[in-house]
Amino acid sequence: MTSYDSLFYVFAAVTIIPAIVTVFHPNILYAALSLFGSFFGVAGIYVLLGADFIAATQVLIYVGGILVLILFAVMLSKNIYGMTFQDEKKKKILPTLFGILLLGFLIKLITTVHWNTTLSEEGPLPTTAALGNLLLTEYLLPFELASVLLLAALIGAIILARSK
Amino acid sequence: MTVELHHYLILSSILFVLGIIGIISRKNSIGILMGIELVMNACGINFVAFSKYIASDFSGQIFALFIFVIAAAEVVVALAIVLRIYQNKATIDIEEVKDLKC
Amino acid sequence: MTSLPEFLKELFESWPLLGILPVWFYSIVAIFGLLFLFLFPFAGVAVYVERKIAGDIQARIGPNVVGPYGILQWIADALKLLLKEDIIPTNADKKLFILSPMLIFISGACAYAVIPFADNVILANLNIGIFYLLAITSMVTLGLILGGWASNNKWSLLGGLRAAAQVVSYEIPVALSILTVVLVTGTLDMAQIVKMQGPFYWNIFHNPFLFISACIYYIAALAEANRTPFDIPEADSELVSGYNTEYSGMRFAIFFLIEYAECFIICAVATTLFLGGWHLPFFDLSSLTLGLRIPLQIMVFMTKSILLLLTMMWIRWTLPRYRVDQLMKLCWEVFVPFSFACLIGTAFWMVLFKGKGIPELILGLFVS
Repeated sequence: MTSYDSLFYVFAAVTIIPAIVTVFHPNILYAALSLFGSFFGVAGIYVLLGADFIAATQVLIYVGGILVLILFAVMLSKNIYGMTFQDEKKKKILPTLFGILLLGFLIKLITTVHWNTTLSEEGPLPTTAALGNLLLTEYLLPFELASVLLLAALIGAIILARSK
Repeated sequence: MTVELHHYLILSSILFVLGIIGIISRKNSIGILMGIELVMNACGINFVAFSKYIASDFSGQIFALFIFVIAAAEVVVALAIVLRIYQNKATIDIEEVKDLKC
Repeated sequence: MTSLPEFLKELFESWPLLGILPVWFYSIVAIFGLLFLFLFPFAGVAVYVERKIAGDIQARIGPNVVGPYGILQWIADALKLLLKEDIIPTNADKKLFILSPMLIFISGACAYAVIPFADNVILANLNIGIFYLLAITSMVTLGLILGGWASNNKWSLLGGLRAAAQVVSYEIPVALSILTVVLVTGTLDMAQIVKMQGPFYWNIFHNPFLFISACIYYIAALAEANRTPFDIPEADSELVSGYNTEYSGMRFAIFFLIEYAECFIICAVATTLFLGGWHLPFFDLSSLTLGLRIPLQIMVFMTKSILLLLTMMWIRWTLPRYRVDQLMKLCWEVFVPFSFACLIGTAFWMVLFKGKGIPELILGLFVS
């Protein structure tokens, strides 16, 4: 096992274990917090895949933005001084069973399909300039649409959240 | 065992399934949102892994970037709605929020 | 272009024992060297200097008991904080209470990896340097909000929420003004950004828009580090001490340490991006020998950064504190539009003058 492989398993564990906590922990604040580990693990996976720019974006947007927003919402939507964030007990056996079935199906699918992989021999290339070029040439329309979407989300969120 | 494409795919499908379980088992709407975030992260891993192992170019990474954009927009609007519902109903339990009118 | 561990390895290649050590050994040495020989003493001395400056500005004496001119005060403070009882409030959320300073420390210390102190003296020569720095420092918010909530104290909670709102908002002008520099240099690599500048071509003089965005960066970064006049998360007259009210002993020391570490990061980034990094004005250092060049470059870099840091302290003890609504208004109605304007203006400048800055244009006039 090379160091690359062991790093993969480390990051996979860092991704999966907090994700399990996120899904099953009764306390919604702890669930939100363990998302942090999950996001970070995914960033590590991106680094292993040679996508350093994507990894940094993942940390910047998910940890620095989305997670903070989620924590904010968790704190604003409960009695924040009481420290009670207990989610109501709900049966999770049926969803879990369904999930395991789905996972079995997906893994079966992934292992049966013959993936036509062509891995280039050279090491990780610098991605940032290439991504910028692609965004402003081939993917210009989605790029512009994404900016419109963000603007719409911004205005919508302000209108929704502002008290009448 | 050397890490191949299907390792990444299995990792992302585990994350995806966990997200789905979160979406269908949580009652708290912010909890559901967290499940959606996990699903989106799984998508991102898939895109970047395919971009490295099959396409050998950066188009997959571009799509990962678009996923970030969509996740950010989605979470902002969803949390604004959640806070609005909380202001009106004093709960964010989705089973309590059944009426179309607030 | 190499990073510090590789550079050390090359330097000690011919030495009898040190030459055979692998690169990762030098990485560990470099990391611990930076932490224990630079970060910790630097924060201590910065605290002493800040107290002394505060004394001067407010016509007091400041620390003067421990050692001559009170110069050993920071060692006494550090010892006191180390030996103090570490109190965790009964009703606090213990795990999160412990996690919060750790998170803040990790993100604060990790940011030092991409600070280019001199040519080749940079811990990790990342391709996405400045972007990595933005990402890793955004984790601080999480630590602040957690620390505020876990203390189970109204002041802490308010401080934590204020800190989160403030840091998330001020990240936008900071990122936008960094982006103007990236437009000019065309790279995110910190060492490369310094290389693109020279003894005469500092980015701050490249065009008027960059000058404005340098100012915006400095002020918005002050707010991001929760320094006065933007220290509403820890406003002592309103919130006792904000998110770190309940912390004591070593954990409080970490909050304190990272505050100064972050201030230095801001100044170092401002130096790197706008003030030419390790370049001495009007004198080309690159022609000197290695033994002379590296210490000189480090000295130039540190001088610039420390001057900025002293300005920060000067601002802190001169200006009154903003109100919460004023702070947000300042961010969204002044800094964000202005930094957008600077970004667009710089883009137009790059097209109109084919990427040449003002110094180059003036030089071109003389030559022709």
